[in-house]
Amino acid sequence: MNPRRLSGFARKEWRQMLRDPSSIVVAFVLPAVLLFLFGFGVSLDLRDVPVAVVVERPTPESMGFFHAMAASKYLTPIAIVDRRMAEEALRMRQVQGIVVIGETFSGQILTGQAARVQLIVDGTDANSARLIEGYVQGVWNTWAAQLARERLGAGAVRDAVAIDLRARVWFNPAVNSRYFLVPGLIAIVMTLIGALLTALVVAREWERGTMEALLTTRLTRGEFLVGKIAPYFLLGMGGMAAAVTLSVTVFGVPFRGSVWLLILCSAVFMLVMLGIGLLISTVARNQFVASIAALLVTMLPAVMLSGFLFDIASMPGWVQVITHAIAARYFVAILQTLFLVGDVWAVIGPNLLALGAMAVLFLGLTVLRTRRRLE
Amino acid sequence: MKDVWRRILAVVTREFIAIWADRRTRAILIVPPVMQLLVFSYAATFEVSDVALAVLNQDGGTESRALVAAFTASPAFAPVARLQSEREIAPVIDSAMAKAVLHVGPTFGADLAAGRQAAVQLIVDGRHSNTALVALGYAGEIVGAFSAAQAKPGSLQPPRLVVRAWFNPNLSSRWFIVPALVAILTLVITTVIAALSVARERELGTFEQLLMTPLRPLELLIGKTMPALIIGYIEGLGIAGTAVWVFGIPFRGSVAVLAVALAVFLLSIIGIGLMVSALARTQQQAITGAFAFLMPAVILSGFATPVANMPKAIQALTLINPLRYMLVILRGLFLQDAPWELVAANLWPMAIIGLVTGSAATWLFRRRVA
Repeated sequence: MNPRRLSGFARKEWRQMLRDPSSIVVAFVLPAVLLFLFGFGVSLDLRDVPVAVVVERPTPESMGFFHAMAASKYLTPIAIVDRRMAEEALRMRQVQGIVVIGETFSGQILTGQAARVQLIVDGTDANSARLIEGYVQGVWNTWAAQLARERLGAGAVRDAVAIDLRARVWFNPAVNSRYFLVPGLIAIVMTLIGALLTALVVAREWERGTMEALLTTRLTRGEFLVGKIAPYFLLGMGGMAAAVTLSVTVFGVPFRGSVWLLILCSAVFMLVMLGIGLLISTVARNQFVASIAALLVTMLPAVMLSGFLFDIASMPGWVQVITHAIAARYFVAILQTLFLVGDVWAVIGPNLLALGAMAVLFLGLTVLRTRRRLE
Repeated sequence: MKDVWRRILAVVTREFIAIWADRRTRAILIVPPVMQLLVFSYAATFEVSDVALAVLNQDGGTESRALVAAFTASPAFAPVARLQSEREIAPVIDSAMAKAVLHVGPTFGADLAAGRQAAVQLIVDGRHSNTALVALGYAGEIVGAFSAAQAKPGSLQPPRLVVRAWFNPNLSSRWFIVPALVAILTLVITTVIAALSVARERELGTFEQLLMTPLRPLELLIGKTMPALIIGYIEGLGIAGTAVWVFGIPFRGSVAVLAVALAVFLLSIIGIGLMVSALARTQQQAITGAFAFLMPAVILSGFATPVANMPKAIQALTLINPLRYMLVILRGLFLQDAPWELVAANLWPMAIIGLVTGSAATWLFRRRVA
């Protein structure tokens, strides 16, 4: 490798990259927008869910349950007299659930029979429905226990609730979905810069015919790859640093690991992404195909199959097998651990090794592919 | 007038040839949506099952073993380890070997026998907040049921909450995700085709050649719109068919309404794609622009996280997102036979967005050409 030739080529790439403002948009503006959307905009935690409450006969007991729901920050009960109106509101998505307190409710409670209350949830949003079910159940349990205590004395409650489950959530005691989403997002941001941008840039050289011009120079294969990779590597690491800084300062996500380990893991992940990006561009040769291919093999799997949003352990077995081929999967696990837990080698070691192997594989394939093209 | 149609038809034919001639381009229109549909339908789930559970049972009596068995027999949890001491809890959680640890103390059986309230501890890994929340809910149910079975006969009957889910009785995530994919996958492909259509010709220098032909700008624009519309339409209907016949998701609404809604939705996003295309000087800029629209559009649509969870200011922003309306219509048509008012309430905002983006694209396009 000739250092002068290499630095000349890398400088040309760097200038070319900075000249098109869309590179800067991809590296810094899109990541910032994504972080803000996921940090502030999106939440898996429901609040103030409108629920219609149909009380067929108002009694102190039925009204007590209504007020217990109103006191919950998750639920906003709306009293509706007629059951058919409540069902109509559910169909029009004006409420997400209906609680029906029957005529015999108070009578059954007072005589010690098992009183029943019906909850209907809107199943078009299955996840919210499950959470609403949990919230109403929670309000119901607390209210029922309190009612039993008032009416029947503490002994009865103890009999009814023999076992007390004390749950603690480590690393994220308030179960804040932001703590979970923001670290994983850094993997998405780096995928965007590393794979998509690189795929486009090299595909452009083929499409415009400037690749042939490059091939007539004395640039060697190694110099060509290093010179292509270096500017985007720096841009990706810059985007990563900006994203981490935003996560910690603006979104208040704790960072409990060590910075050097974060830099090391990000660098290896970046190399994998650059390898995939270059490989796609040499195969695709036009920007439309390259962009869709990059989207398909890097971006979408990084969102759907990495554990960033959906838990891998809950996916069917064959999908879990596929996730092992997704680099973002290893990086997301590292990021979530570095941010929320710390330097746990049992997690970071194997994942980093997997990333290293993928980096070698994809960069190696790119070298092979480039040789074939060049000759 | 006849000439107008002939000229438009010529552009459409030309565009289709341009798209169809390249083997890779052809593959990219067909393979990705099929793969995405298959993989994402199974991967995109907020359902939680098989949470890796480690058990530390310091009691060893019959009751404690029965409680542990209730956990391990539940589909929600999958036992991965038995621990011997409290010191082992932190390492299994830290290393993510177990996502939850059930800790039964040494006095559990004795407390129950003496009629005291017995405590069990559950430690959950908070790295994945959704899994943590759902796992806590399942643990509560298991302990509640076990507790009720332990209660003395004849004591207070606790009142019961009976839950029913309408439209999706098993609350299957797949029923929730797959109808939405009809819109999401077509959105991606249509936006990228529309965004690249003009930008590509400009970058390659063939746009000037097109302008020398007798085509008027508007005819050219319509000709450029058609392939994206037709490809998007075929893909959308194909995915909807797959959802029904392969995934067994019910379609309870009217097919005619779906056909109308899909057309309105596609026109509204093609308008946005053509705007991007008219503004971009290179294909890279066009792709960046398409992305800058696609990502927020998907995130702020209610696809994975409900719009109602978002802060008020961002909820206001979702009002200009055509995908948000389309998802309500799709889920309504598939799962509930949505009432006509609900469809209409979500159809007209998309039509207005389409009018605005279509006119804006025409204006930008004309300015570029002039």
